[in-house]
Amino acid sequence: MLVTEGGVPLVPTCKKWGLEMGLSFFSKHLPIQEGQPWALKTPADIISTVEFNHTGELLATGDKGGRVVIFQREPESKNAPHSQGEYDVYSTFQSHEPEFDYLKSLEIEEKINKIKWLPQQNAAHSLLSTNDKTIKLWKITERDKRPEGYNLKDEEGKLKDLSTVTSLQVPVLKPMDLMVEVSPRRIFANGHTYHINSISVNSDCETYMSADDLRINLWHLAITDRSFNIVDIKPANMEDLTEVITASEFHPHHCNLFVYSSSKGSLRLCDMRAAALCDKHSKLFEEPEDPSNRSFFSEIISSVSDVKFSHSGRYMLTRDYLTVKVWDLNMEARPIETYQVHDYLRSKLCSLYENDCIFDKFECAWNGSDSVIMTGAYNNFFRMFDRNTKRDVTLEASRESSKPRAVLKPRRVCVGGKRRRDDISVDSLDFTKKILHTAWHPAENIIAIAATNNLYIFQDKVNSDMH
Amino acid sequence: MLSKGLKRKREEEEEKEPLAVDAWWLDPGHASVAQAPPAVASSSLFDLSVLKLHHSLQQSEPDLRHLVLVVNTLRRIQASMAPAAALPPVPSPPAAPSVADNLLASSDAALSASMASLLEDLSHIEGLSQAPQPLADEGPPGRSIGGAAPSLGALDLLGPATGCLLDDGLEGLFEDIDTSMYDNELWAPASEGLKPGPEDGPGKEEAPELDEAELDYLMDVLVGTQALERPPGPGR
Repeated sequence: MLVTEGGVPLVPTCKKWGLEMGLSFFSKHLPIQEGQPWALKTPADIISTVEFNHTGELLATGDKGGRVVIFQREPESKNAPHSQGEYDVYSTFQSHEPEFDYLKSLEIEEKINKIKWLPQQNAAHSLLSTNDKTIKLWKITERDKRPEGYNLKDEEGKLKDLSTVTSLQVPVLKPMDLMVEVSPRRIFANGHTYHINSISVNSDCETYMSADDLRINLWHLAITDRSFNIVDIKPANMEDLTEVITASEFHPHHCNLFVYSSSKGSLRLCDMRAAALCDKHSKLFEEPEDPSNRSFFSEIISSVSDVKFSHSGRYMLTRDYLTVKVWDLNMEARPIETYQVHDYLRSKLCSLYENDCIFDKFECAWNGSDSVIMTGAYNNFFRMFDRNTKRDVTLEASRESSKPRAVLKPRRVCVGGKRRRDDISVDSLDFTKKILHTAWHPAENIIAIAATNNLYIFQDKVNSDMH
Repeated sequence: MLSKGLKRKREEEEEKEPLAVDAWWLDPGHASVAQAPPAVASSSLFDLSVLKLHHSLQQSEPDLRHLVLVVNTLRRIQASMAPAAALPPVPSPPAAPSVADNLLASSDAALSASMASLLEDLSHIEGLSQAPQPLADEGPPGRSIGGAAPSLGALDLLGPATGCLLDDGLEGLFEDIDTSMYDNELWAPASEGLKPGPEDGPGKEEAPELDEAELDYLMDVLVGTQALERPPGPGR
């Protein structure tokens, strides 16, 4: 029986759904447990980041209340064919607490902005979690044995009366209920004046970078009292500020390369070998503005909210307000592929500007073979695009829409013209239900979708392998 | 507004479809629904953007990305409103500047209050925020010099500006506007501005010319001081 620190194993509800693209999935919706303080529907439960580890065995989520919940995939067993490698709670811990900066009279939010796993180098797992200002390295270890049979102390740890000890015994390790222990190993503080939006672990497994609105710092995982500033776009005169850094990531294979995106929709690929300060990019990826689509909101909707290298390292995926784009590292002039996520919103931009939805930052994800890309949208919809077949699908992450064991059907947003049954009209979309955070298992067709304070894990029952 | 998901019957939807999608975002109660020429949309958009900027700056930690995007959008809107020839006749040219007047005058108390406090705290905060810099710059040798210079430069640049502003007094900026004419609520302007304004006549000749430049300057200073001194707020 798995015993966790503060977490409670949850009973999964299995559902099954099919997909036009030939994959069928079953969903595991994790119900909120009554009685657990962290399970009540408070704003603190809003999931703010989702990340699989490098093997996909573990899935970490961070929330607005500064908590991290780690799920572990159960090994598949022939005895329980229905629970084919489902995810259960493995560990829960408080990563960040709200802080008060007395010097500036400002409260620092405990919301976890990003989690990144370190590649596993021994029996322990490690991850980096960050809020707006401070990055922490957490080590997660398992304890499943304890020593018993001490000579000098009894089972409760009290010293024995020596006169009662008549013979010596060798303490032995006895199995115990599995205990997962989490401890903070490093705290990387005071590196950022502005709010951290990204962290990325380098392929050298020794360094990582953290980016805020105006600067990117390079850290060594073992050194907390200093970092190197590698990008600084803060203008000498803040009145001249017109652009901020929105996301950044290290190249998966080349430890000297990294990319960062901006609020103006450009990507800059930088080479750390070229100079200590990478203010000059090696490559600038920018698509010229389409004059036919020009509006007052052109810049806002071109702002890149997420950038991800493909697993191959040859492409980059970016998300802006209305599209996802695939860029070839060898071509700076324009993306090689552009996919419309919800183009029907193009005529609603003013209203979306008014209610601030136009500033929502959606993430994007590659599947393990870089053939399918995924991103979230509104109304708890998320979209997948198959790069090879050019087919796309809209799916919904909600309890209401998924009956047990039923096929989860693709959704459609109608914008006029013939309306089929079960289509959603643009006017009926719920803009408070946004799927900002999604993650794809590194090898299998398993996806994690964060819908406000609910986590959905969808698994492919038919095709476990990559296409 | 798009925030609520309204389910409508199919016949209703089909009926509504032919309505211009352009006007969709406007409230039915909005005075400009009937017209919806781009210039009128721009002036409400201008109001909206100024309000957003105002709200953003009033937060203890403005979201820098949000702020920058709103400011850039506002500049685009301003640029499109500036050439009077490009605007459709009658209500629009008086509308835009008078709307700006209203906003400027009625919100000047709040803006000047926040500006004053910003300028007061600025050098103190900027000095304190230098603390992490030496740590961050320790590595590459050339970096520490580069790191210090921009911040110092910023302080220097801000010094005279600060001095000028305080010398004139904040009231000095607005002393040539007769604010008694603009005792409106902050958010009344949309309907107000659309009326052709004969009553606004006398004070208006000099005001429009100054307003654009003043607002621009005001915005720049606010963005400059606020962004310098306050790290951005929680991400969205």
